Amino acid sequence: MFQLSSKLLMAVTGEGGDTVQFAEYIAKNIQLYRMRNGYDLSTKAAASFTRRNLADYLRSSTPYMVNLLIGGHDDNDGADLYYMDYLGSMVNLPFAVHGYGSFFTLSIMDRYYKEDMTKEQTLALLQRCIDEIHERFIVNLNSFKVKIIDKDGIHVLKDIRPTTKPPVEAEGTQQQQQLMDTA
Amino acid sequence: MSRRYDSRTTIFSPEGRIHQVEYAIEAINHAGTVIAINSKNGIFILAEAKRPSALIADKVDNEKIYKLSGCMVGCVAGITADANILINYARNQVQNHLQAFNEPAPVEKIVRQVANVKQNYTQYGGLRPFGVSIVYAAFSREGGFKLYHSDPSGNYASWKSICIGANSSSIIGTLKEKWTPDIDLTGAKNLAFEAYCKPCDVQSISSKNFETMVLTLDSDDKPLFQALGTDEVENLLKENNPIKAS
Repeated sequence: MFQLSSKLLMAVTGEGGDTVQFAEYIAKNIQLYRMRNGYDLSTKAAASFTRRNLADYLRSSTPYMVNLLIGGHDDNDGADLYYMDYLGSMVNLPFAVHGYGSFFTLSIMDRYYKEDMTKEQTLALLQRCIDEIHERFIVNLNSFKVKIIDKDGIHVLKDIRPTTKPPVEAEGTQQQQQLMDTA
Repeated sequence: MSRRYDSRTTIFSPEGRIHQVEYAIEAINHAGTVIAINSKNGIFILAEAKRPSALIADKVDNEKIYKLSGCMVGCVAGITADANILINYARNQVQNHLQAFNEPAPVEKIVRQVANVKQNYTQYGGLRPFGVSIVYAAFSREGGFKLYHSDPSGNYASWKSICIGANSSSIIGTLKEKWTPDIDLTGAKNLAFEAYCKPCDVQSISSKNFETMVLTLDSDDKPLFQALGTDEVENLLKENNPIKAS
């Protein structure tokens, strides 16, 4: 996750190297705009600027292979989330995911997301998504960094881990264990 | 006066002046007047379009007031051909910003970019400066109604009310006297005509061509640009022409 400005955050995935290069380029340009013009770009403007860069580089000999999520808070428009992929398509969404985890978590979020959820409800939904990934996804991803953006800025929350469930004894394991011991 | 130091823009005179820039500013004092007044609920612009000949066909284009974007207008005084270049550049920059950021360009950014072009011609290349002063009027959500002015040197500033072109110094005197922070749009219209008519004589006024622009907000709080009708211009002239009153 890269901080673009005091109330703008960008999460990148994709080709190694491209991600950091592109993210830093965008972050510094957003800061330059701030220096030149005296105010921070709105979330929509920053996302559009990022998309414009992605789309321009796509049709060059050095395209960036990065997928991003840009989230921010404006005084005028409130909180906004933008989903962007490496082909330069962008859409404003209430919830978004990149990566294989999306196959599992989009349906969870579809089912449980409501407009005007509270912060606690949102974090509970996030926990639900992580639990689902832990249950269904083949790769072991057991810790996620969490940040929240509100009218007061960007805040770092505790890492989210899958909820530990008490170990369940499968039927016949004890029997099998005994057999193996005696063999 | 060090006349030896005034033939090129790229040199200073011993007094620390760049004469070509000053001559450019002087050229604008022969051009048609533009008066712009910022008020509580909008901006009023009055511009005198000088008709060089009666044979000129009914105007198709504006000569003084140009729309730069949905929220911004530029009014020029000076060499029209130079002005066309700068207005075209400003319009391009507005669209570039829209393309990159998907939201209206802030006035200050455009003013600064055009001013930087003007400055370029005072320092590099040995080309003469642009003989144009531009007054920008714009509305933005963050800043409200704003007026900016830039001159051939590339300097720019934000103004409460401004006049450029012929008689500008005496008109600015009137504006300084009579402008107040709580003036409204009607007050601004009357003040503009009053300030304009003061240094003129009554005969010449009746034959003048005026371009006007009123910038307000419509019912959706979006910027709205309108010109005054000929009747309203007539009325305002009648009411504010001090010589006729006597």
